[in-house]
Amino acid sequence: MTPLKITIAATIVSLLLLAGVFELIRSRRLRERYALLWLATGLVLLVLSAWRGGLNTIASWVGVRGYPPAVLFAVGLLFVILVLLHYSTVISRLTDQNATLAQRVALIESELRERRSSTRD
Amino acid sequence: MSAESHAGVPDNALAMRRVAIVPAFNEEKNIVRVLAELRSFDAGLDVVVISDGSTDRTREVAEAHGARVLQLPFNLGIGGAVQTGFRYAWENGYDLALRVDGDGQHDASQLGNVMEPVVAGRADIAIGSRFVATGGYRSSAVRRIGIRLLAWVVTRIARQPLTDTTSGFQVLNRKAIRLYAADLPHDYPEVEGLVMAIRHKMRVCEVPVTMREREHGRSSIGSLASVYYMFKVLLAVFVGLFRKSVVPEDRA
Ligand SMILES: Nc1nc2c(ncn2[C@@H]2O[C@H](COP(=O)(O)OP(=O)(O)O)[C@@H](O)[C@H]2O)c(=O)[nH]1
Ligand SMILES: [Mg+2]
Repeated sequence: MTPLKITIAATIVSLLLLAGVFELIRSRRLRERYALLWLATGLVLLVLSAWRGGLNTIASWVGVRGYPPAVLFAVGLLFVILVLLHYSTVISRLTDQNATLAQRVALIESELRERRSSTRD
Repeated sequence: MSAESHAGVPDNALAMRRVAIVPAFNEEKNIVRVLAELRSFDAGLDVVVISDGSTDRTREVAEAHGARVLQLPFNLGIGGAVQTGFRYAWENGYDLALRVDGDGQHDASQLGNVMEPVVAGRADIAIGSRFVATGGYRSSAVRRIGIRLLAWVVTRIARQPLTDTTSGFQVLNRKAIRLYAADLPHDYPEVEGLVMAIRHKMRVCEVPVTMREREHGRSSIGSLASVYYMFKVLLAVFVGLFRKSVVPEDRA
């Protein structure tokens, strides 16, 4: 069985995560599209933390004997990997877009300078 | 400007500076008809097409047909594209913004009706709604369910019946232009924008319209995207209720 203290601690941490994500969206520091995965993480961890029977059942399914909270770590780790992978794709896209923007700015600037010098003559 | 060139435009609107904001993502085949219809609806209307990172000839075609084109260097999504238009409208002092899709689904000849409540000062935002009246184009089953659920939610929040919360066929006054210029969600802006407007005490009303099928190309929103859309929008709407205003209430 999962020790009661772990259940309580893990539940509180999951709730804090959810509350933190909510506050970040509310204050517009986190966009909804990037928050969905975090919310899913928080919700899954919350369910697994608070629902002791469920955690035990899943532990026995996947062959974890003796210490069910190990499943909690595994699931937490899985979600962290997913979030990181997602961010890698986002960063890649931002890198490309940033390059495009820099190039456009350079082109516009050269055009602008050309026009300025031609009007000065 | 001859008298018949803006036959459907409400009289009070003729003194207002008005601009059509047309988002277009690879719409080279549809945009010509949209621009022609806008022109024949109202010759005194400025038209700005926001080509949202289009890789086809949308920009060239639109320019050739007399529109001003803002070409975004990459795809921002419909909300980012439309917001570009609202920024343009705000910075250039327009009184009235007419939001019309670049895919030809919105029938410009119905704009007079949609404009009327805003021009008359009864609304800040008027939305062309497919569901107030009957007939015309209807979208896929999944989307219809989503649209109805969203309508239900928004109706509760607005405390007024709103049926077509995903409609991009809208007319806005300067106060509303300012709000959307300041903040508009990037992926799927209509519902969230609407909730935001309501929270900013804008007066919103619906006007019955009919919409058409696309002639060319297909809608960007498939079934799977609709489900993601639902989750994202419901989350955004929920969180939006706890947000502070983005625009101070007194000014503008
Ligand atoms: N799909 C898509 N449409 C965009 C984008 N940016 C601007 N648009 C324009 O937004 C309008 C509505 O798009 P559409 O896919 O027809 O959506 P629907 O009418 O709601 O099914 C069209 O005029 C598009 O050209 C974008 O990033 N994606
Ligand atoms: Mg469309």
